[in-house]
Amino acid sequence: MASNAAVPFWRAAGMTYITYSNICANLVRNCLKGPYKTEALTREKVHFSISKWTDGKPEKPTLRSDSPEE
Amino acid sequence: MLRQASRLLARRPILAARTRAFSTDLSAADQTADAAFADAWNKVIPNMDPPKTPLSFMQPRPPTPSSIPSKLTVNFVLPYASELATKEIDMVIVPATTGQMGVLPGHVATIAELKPGVLSVHEGNEVTKYFVSSGFVFIHANSFADIIAVEAVPLDRLDANLVQKGLAEFTSKLSSATTDLEKAETQIGVDVHSALNSALTG
Repeated sequence: MASNAAVPFWRAAGMTYITYSNICANLVRNCLKGPYKTEALTREKVHFSISKWTDGKPEKPTLRSDSPEE
Repeated sequence: MLRQASRLLARRPILAARTRAFSTDLSAADQTADAAFADAWNKVIPNMDPPKTPLSFMQPRPPTPSSIPSKLTVNFVLPYASELATKEIDMVIVPATTGQMGVLPGHVATIAELKPGVLSVHEGNEVTKYFVSSGFVFIHANSFADIIAVEAVPLDRLDANLVQKGLAEFTSKLSSATTDLEKAETQIGVDVHSALNSALTG
C-alpha cells in the first residue's frame, strides 16, 4: 500500500498528535477574553499524585501539578 | 513447522469469507449474547437479576435509512463538556485538514482530522460558529456526525489583541528557531494564530 505519504510537519519533527493537539488547545486558550481565560487556565492544570511502591507497600505519595506541556 | 504452513494458509479463506457486520447493524446480535449469559446466571442464582453488561447500556446506532434523512444528527463533544448532544441540524461546516468540509444529511461515511479553524453549525436560519483548536470528525453512513475537539470556543470569546500579539510573536520566532522541534512549535503557533485571525476578521 502507499507508504507514509506527506507526513505533517509536526510528525516529521518528532512530535506526536497528542502533543500537537495540546499545543493548539493551549494557544487557543491563551487568546481568550477575560473571565473565560481564567476558567480555561484552570482546565489546563493537570494534577497527579505519584506513589512509588516498595515491597508491596506504597510509599508516601507526592503531588505534582505540572503544566500539561510535552 | 513449515509443513503446517500450507494447511494453515488454506484455512485463511474461510475466515475471510465471513463478512463482518457494520456497527450500525449490530442491534440483533448483542441481544443473543446477553440472553445466553442471563440463562446461565438464572440457573445458578435464580433470585437475583443478572447484572447488566456494558452492551445493554449502549444504544445501538440507528441503522442506515434507505432514503436520505432530512436532518443531520450531530454530537459535538469536548473533553470537559458536551456542546451538542444528538442535535438535529441542517448542515455543519467543519475545518478539515483538507479544507472546509460541508456535511449534509446523507454525507458519505468519512473520518476527517480537523485543523485549527471555524466550525459552523447551520440550523434553519441560525448559524453558530465555534473556533476549534483541533480534533476529529466521524461522519457515519446514517447521517450521524461525531465531532470531537479539544477546545472549541464561540468566536465572541476570543480577544483580537491577544491573537495579533501571538501572531507577531510566533512569526518573529520562526526565523530564530533552531531545532526541528522548536521550528515545529513555532510553525504550529503561526498556523493557529493565523487561523484565529482569519476567523475573527473573515
